[in-house]
Amino acid sequence: MAPSRDEVFTTVRDVLSDALGVDHEEVSDESTLQGDLGAESIDFLDIVFRLEKAFSIKIPKGELFPEDALNNPEYLNGDKLTPAGLETLKAAMPHADFSQFEKDPALSKMPDLFTVRTIVNYVEGKLEAA
Amino acid sequence: MRWIWIDTFVEFVSGERAAAVKNVTMAEEYFRDHFPGYPVMPPCLMIEGMAQTAGILVGEVRRFQENVILAKIRLADLQAYARPGDRIRYETTLDSFDDRAAVTSGTVLMNGKNIGRIDLIFSYVNNAERSVDLPDHNFVFTEQFQHLLASARLLESSENRKSNED
Repeated sequence: MAPSRDEVFTTVRDVLSDALGVDHEEVSDESTLQGDLGAESIDFLDIVFRLEKAFSIKIPKGELFPEDALNNPEYLNGDKLTPAGLETLKAAMPHADFSQFEKDPALSKMPDLFTVRTIVNYVEGKLEAA
Repeated sequence: MRWIWIDTFVEFVSGERAAAVKNVTMAEEYFRDHFPGYPVMPPCLMIEGMAQTAGILVGEVRRFQENVILAKIRLADLQAYARPGDRIRYETTLDSFDDRAAVTSGTVLMNGKNIGRIDLIFSYVNNAERSVDLPDHNFVFTEQFQHLLASARLLESSENRKSNED
């Protein structure tokens, strides 16, 4: 049986706490990995490796944290994502909550999409598919 | 300057695990300052020793064609100081790797006793990703490492034979 959402969250919290050296209390559903929890680029790889181990899942490159979804110049207009860019990013990250980001889809606000909830959603989807 | 903090490999199984030893001697320069009258090896040098042991294990997977750099210390938990006369053994296993990075976990033993763990992440730095301020030659696996690589390769074949026989 797949673990409950609470169980997934607890394990994700442990993973983030170990990977980023933050206290359990600092990790909530809403926390952003970079802004709130201080993650740097190599930490994303560390998190992926730890999640794979903790949940016995395989996370293909770019699936949890898309790196090159916006490589096409048509997806960007200055710092803003074009409608096509936004749709592409949404398709690449079905596990993320776009409700805030959609209002002002600026590239500089992209890190806010990577929240603890995003990871929990992703892992849940992965476990259900297994 | 020589920046080598392991003496030799005593075990090397390609892509799997390695062990290296370091004999701590009073001749090492840092003991003059660390500390006068109380010589203890700075623990960060044990991290470096483990990083060299694990880094060579990681680099060998791609035959040292790419630079391997220490990207993150996931965990460093050391419970004892090493002093002149001590023999440190770094044991490491390659837990996972992909085209960008490798994860290793390791145990540090001193005179046969487990004194802690050091887990690391390494990044491969290939030509495409190399930033402008890095040299374009292989700056990690230099000739300084040759004797270590030689010791690792010699033992690799015998260890492989041994593990095949097991």
